[in-house]
Order: sequence, then C-alpha cells, then structure tokens
Amino acid sequence: MTSAAASARRPLTRKSAGGGLSVGIATGYLSLIVLLPLAALVVRSAEDGADAFWNAITDPQAVAALETTLVWSLVVVAINAGAGTVIAWVLVRDDFRGKAIVNAVIDLPFALPTIVAGLTLLTLYGPKSPIGVNAAYTTVGLALALLFVTLPFVVRTVQPVLLELDRDMEEAAASLGANSLQTFRRIVFPNLFPAILSGVALSFARAVGEFGAVVLISGNIPYKTEVASVYIFGQIESDNVTGAAAVSVVLLAISLLALMGIGAVRRYATRHDG
Amino acid sequence: MGRLALRVFALGYLAALLLIPLGLVVFRAFEEGPGEAWEAVTTPDALHAFWLTILIAAIAVPANTVFGVLCALAVVRRRFRGHGLVNGIVDLPLALSPVVVGLALFLVYARGGWFGQTLLDNGMQVIFALPGMVLATIFVSLPFVVREVVPVLREIGDEQEQAAATLGASSWQTFWRITLPAIRWGVAYGVVLTTARALGEFGAVAVVSGRIAGKTETLTLFVNERFERFDLVGAYAASLVLALMAIATLAATTLVRKGEHT
Amino acid sequence: MIAARNVTKRFGDFVALDGVSVEVPSGSLTALLGPSGSGKSTLLRVLAGLETPDAGDVWISDEDATRLSPQKRNVGFVFQHYAAFKHMTVWENVAFGLKIRKRPKDAIATRVAELLDLVQLTGFGERYPAQLSGGQRQRMALARALAVEPEVLLLDEPFGALDARVRKELRSWLRRLHDDVHVTTVFVTHDQEEAMDVADRIVVMNEGRIEQVGAPRDLYERPANEFVMTFVGPTTQIEGEYARPHDLELVPADEHGGVRAEILRVVHLGFEVRVELLTETDEEVTVQLTREEAAGLAPSVGDRVCVRSRERAVSAS
Repeated sequence: MTSAAASARRPLTRKSAGGGLSVGIATGYLSLIVLLPLAALVVRSAEDGADAFWNAITDPQAVAALETTLVWSLVVVAINAGAGTVIAWVLVRDDFRGKAIVNAVIDLPFALPTIVAGLTLLTLYGPKSPIGVNAAYTTVGLALALLFVTLPFVVRTVQPVLLELDRDMEEAAASLGANSLQTFRRIVFPNLFPAILSGVALSFARAVGEFGAVVLISGNIPYKTEVASVYIFGQIESDNVTGAAAVSVVLLAISLLALMGIGAVRRYATRHDG
Repeated sequence: MGRLALRVFALGYLAALLLIPLGLVVFRAFEEGPGEAWEAVTTPDALHAFWLTILIAAIAVPANTVFGVLCALAVVRRRFRGHGLVNGIVDLPLALSPVVVGLALFLVYARGGWFGQTLLDNGMQVIFALPGMVLATIFVSLPFVVREVVPVLREIGDEQEQAAATLGASSWQTFWRITLPAIRWGVAYGVVLTTARALGEFGAVAVVSGRIAGKTETLTLFVNERFERFDLVGAYAASLVLALMAIATLAATTLVRKGEHT
Repeated sequence: MIAARNVTKRFGDFVALDGVSVEVPSGSLTALLGPSGSGKSTLLRVLAGLETPDAGDVWISDEDATRLSPQKRNVGFVFQHYAAFKHMTVWENVAFGLKIRKRPKDAIATRVAELLDLVQLTGFGERYPAQLSGGQRQRMALARALAVEPEVLLLDEPFGALDARVRKELRSWLRRLHDDVHVTTVFVTHDQEEAMDVADRIVVMNEGRIEQVGAPRDLYERPANEFVMTFVGPTTQIEGEYARPHDLELVPADEHGGVRAEILRVVHLGFEVRVELLTETDEEVTVQLTREEAAGLAPSVGDRVCVRSRERAVSAS
C-alpha cells in the first residue's frame, strides 16, 4: 500500500494529471445529473406535508406492492445464493467443451434490455408456451423475471474468489482426514461466504428496483403481482405525483440500505486478509 | 459423480432460464418468415426507434466516458475530502429503480418542476423530448466507466506519472501520453458496459419520454408498444435486433478482455 | 516406514517420475534433494496420496497404500506456503484434524495445548494466521500436522518461503524437533546445504530418477556420478575432470606435477581463501586454501603457479 502512504506524505498542493479541474467537473456533473433530480424527488414527496406522505406510503395498494417486492426479492436472492454458487463452482472447477461460451452467456442478463428479458421469458413460460407452462400473471412469473436479471451477480462475485482460493488448504484438510463434504463445509464455504453475501446484496438491490423484465410477465395485478416500481409508474400515469414520489423515497431508502450493506460486506470480507 | 450432478444442474438451470427462452424468441421472430420479420423492423416507426436509440447512446456514452475518466482521476489521484461520498453517489444508479430515476428527472424538468417552466419559457423542452431521454440514459449508465477505471488507476500507481513530471511533461502531456494509455483497457471495458446499458434502458425513458410512437420511442419502448398492440412479430423482431446488439456487446467484452492480456 | 516401488508419474508428455523406488526407514529424517523439475515434490505428493502414480506402488508400514486416499493414509503434510486455514484461529487450525476425528473436547484441548507448547506458540492460540510471521505460520502448520499423530511427516520445501535467517533457525529447530518426537520424516529441498545440515539420509534426484541415496558425508566424499558431485558440494573442473576446490593445492611453477595456471583473483573469505586461476588450456579453476596455507604461499594476481590435487583422489567422471 505504498501509494496510500506516499499520498499521505504528499502535500495537497501537488499538481497531478487533471488537476483541481477534474474534481470540479466530476462533482458538478454528478450534482447536475444525479443529486439534483434525487433532491427534487425527496423534496416533492414532503411538499404536501407529512400527512400526505404518510397516507401515500400506507395506502393499502402501495403497502402490498412494497411487500410483494421485498418478499419476492428475498426469495429470489436466496435461490441465487445457491444456484449462483453452484454455477460458479462448475465454471471454475469443472471442465467441458463449450465452457468458455457458457461463461460468456452468464453476462447476457447484464447486456440484454430488461423488456426483452421479460418478453423472452413470456415466450417460454407464458400463454403461448410450447411446453404448456403458463406462469404469466402469477408470482412465479414475477420470480422468473427477477431470477433472470439477477443471475450474474452471485456467479460473478464468487468466481474470482474461487479462482484465487488456495488449493493447498483443501489438500491440507484432506491430509488431515477431512472428506469432500467436510472440506467444503469447513474450509471452502467459509472463504466463499463473503463473496456470496456480496452477490446477494447486489442481487437484492437490483431486484427491488426491477421494472422492464417484470412488467410484461407478472401481469401487474395489484395486491398480487404488482411490484413497487410498477405501482409508482401507475401513480405517475394517474397524475398522483406526490404518492409516486413518496413511495419512490421508500424505494430509494431501501436501495441506499442495500448499498450500505454491500459496503459492509466488503469490509467484512477483507477482515482476515493479512 | 457429484461433479456430474453439479454440472447438469448448472447447465440445466442456465438452459431453462436463459438459453431456451432466447432461442425461442429467435424462432418466433422468424415464425412467419424472414420477410415478415424484416418488414416489422423496417417500418417508419421501427426505424425511427432504432436511430433514436443509437442517437441517445451516441450522446450518453461519450459524456459518461469523459466524466468517468475525470471522476476516476479525481477520486484516486486527488483523494479530496468527500471522495468517499463521491464514490458512493457514483454507485447509486446501479441500485436505483429506473422508474424512480424517471420520476426524479420529471420533477426537475417537467412543466411543474424546478427548472421546467424556465426552460420551456426559453424554448427548451426536456421532458417528453430528446433531452430528457438523454438525461435519463446518462443517469442510469453513469457508473460503469468510473468503476472500471478506478481499480486500474489504483493498481498502476502514480510513479510513472511522477517520472514523467521529472522529465518535464506538463499535466496534459502526462495524462495523454502516460495515464490514458495505461488505463485504456479499463476505459474500453467501461465504454462497452455503458453502451449496453444505454441501448437497453427502458424504465426511466418510459417515464420521461411520453412514449410517443415515431417521435419519442426508443427501440425498447417500441418492443413494449408492439406487444401492447398484439403485434407479436414486431415485438419479437425488434427484440431480436436488441438481442443481437446485446450479443455484440458480449463479444466486445470478450475482445477487450483478450486485448488486455496481450 | 514408507516406501515407493517403481513409481512412474506423467503430466501430459512430461515424465515427472520414471520408475522410482525409495525406502524411508522408520524414525529417520530423510531429505529428497534435487533441482527444479527433478520430481522430488511429485514423489512426496505421491507418498501423501495427493497424486496417483501411473505405475508402481506406495507402501506404508508394510501395507499397500497405493489405492488409499490422503484422508486414510495418516500421513502429515506441510506445504511450502503453509496452507493455513486463514478463517480459523491458530488453535482451531491445530485442532482441525482432531475435530474431524471427533475426539472428545477435553482431549482436543489438552493435545492442542501440548502441541502449541512443542512448537513454542503457546499464547498464540487466539490469533489468526494473518497476524503471524512466516516462521510462526510454518510452526503452526507443523503442529497441525503432528496433532493427529501421523505415522509419517512429509514436508514440501517447508522453509522455501521464509527469509534466510528464519530459514536457518527453523532448520535446526526441525532437527531438534525430530530428535524429540522421532516421527519418520521426509522433506523436500533444492538447497543442498539445508539437506546436509538437517537430514540423516539424502535421496538425490534428477529428471525423475534417483541418482544416489546415502548419508550426507557419503554423498559428499563418494559421489556416485558427476551430477551428484556437482550438486552436493562445491566443484571445480581441472583437465576435464571434477574436483573439490579444497582437494587441490597450489605449488610453485617450477615444481613437478600439476597444471600450470595464472592467478586471476584472490578472495579472502574469513578462515578460508579462494583462489581463481586460468590454466594454460583456458580452464577456469578454483582452489580453496586455509588461511595458514595462503599466508605461507602469499598468492597474488598475475602469479604463475601449478595446480595439482592433494593426496585424495579426483572423482571418476
């Protein structure tokens, strides 16, 4: 960490590439593009008074939407924790023809527009399904959409950790008498856990805000399959801007909590590094 | 034995969730013949949507690239007070719902918004017009270049830049000849991710654009509109175009990764 | 006792071990010595069960262990880079093997305390490996391997990752530990000085084959071939043959016998003096003299002298 030590000694007046201009431009751009609109959001949600805010977020349909969002996001990230770890394991430890293609395919949900993802799932699991599975207008459809968009997160956080994992530790455990399952449970898993948590937090942040993938397949049925983002969209279309802003602030708070969670997991993950 | 089971599970999961549905979209797009599919994506509205999407990306991506490099430099090299906060704000768009983003922009730039009236009085319409869609796309695709360049900058350290300074190079020369070449793969990767995100944006532009076909519809909004009008071939064909763009993005990332290691 | 019989191991086209047989007597401290690629680590890992041979067997205490997994061999293994379980404390690391074998809690506690005392890490139990120095981590790894009372202890370049001073300390520490505990021990090294310093017996390996097996002194004084001679101990070449620098002497040029040469360099290394010469036939020869001899001869650069062997014989090439 010589860079950090060096900059601690370096006087603040030292010129570097970009100079103070870069700081000014960066913060100006961020303020204009990100902070300004978010500030307007928070202000607008409170503009009609605390009562209006409270009523907006305790509206039964809003509460149901938030509940649906939270419950199904949690279910989906739990599934991702398991499936994602298995996929990462297979990509790192296994070898088969076409593995490189499979590895590239994992990133598809990152690159594919969400609306296309929704339509894609609807094709196989909707009313015109060739295999007769119709999950449209159900929470299963909702879950599928969320699983699709959050697929890469756990895989991509676990993969590098698994690659870096010291195989010597597993051999040492074997020489001490541990079988495969014991080695996984006591040696491999504890070292993977922070990466899994990190992926889970990222998946969760993504899932609670998802709109495009969900909007086609879930049917957006209030009190059943309507998620928070769809509810907010509906409120905007009905000109209930205060209501939309209030529920948006709640979603914003959840997103911020998720981001802080990710940061905390990162610090937890590096606590044993020496 | 266990190894085979894991492999079957992993591949099966990916096939069921990703590959088979996508393959089916390709099938459905050409179900009524390639001619029908081609016609569906070459209607005036479709073409307009396509070019509008490209135009927005052509503005948003360079803007975010310049910002991304400057911001990364500011955060890593200057380490100014509040750089941790800046880092956090840069990450926000990744966690925010796009609908919330659209609403926030609406509240600033729409008629009843903070700047909306002033801008409209000066002949500048943001919401339900191109500028709003550009702003929304910039917002959601903001983090990628920063996040890719920051770790690269940290890793290479500033010794090369210090050496250049002792040899007489100005700030700009150092940046252009030393820093930029060193971070070029990080920038390239960030640009690819930014482009993918910009091309695929849906929720935020759905709110700020008004979704007027032939005027303020991007390709993603076009897919949605075709679906709502039960024009499935149109929806699938346009989806295929977007999917091809996505695959091109994936191919580009692979190329960038390869280029990085030569 | 642990033995390999006719073991062959290939990695793709590369033959790491070519029909190797070696027997390690019970209670001994044996070194597998050789350059990189000689197969010594591979042989060690085959003995441990971490690699399966393509041909040949492994015998542990008169039983065929070739098909046994490493879990079942009761062989302790210590890695060059410690392989510490970094998410567990030192105590938990050492206790690992005992916990796997489901020993009762108090038995484990007693044994771990015993071992930490043995490796002089008492009081470090609650620390994490990241908080230990390299030498301490390796001592912990040894304690961990010894906890389950293995029949054989195998160490793969155990001091390779440590700096020179710590290496020397741990070398003598290992020797003393072996004298106390008497476990059959095999360790791999590429450092001939380390092998000579620590081991009772040395197995010299090269390119997947065993060149010679014997006590350090035997290998030094009666090397079986050129490879062993040049690998174990310093050598110099004179008239196309290998000799030990201290087996050569310098005599005035006009005396009989020996090869004529000119002194290029004289280096005073404390109690010995190294003289580098160029012979008439353009060979570079090194001769080692004691301080007394050098004082008597007073060699200086440019002197023309004769180099010849002392009473001891030069090795057959």
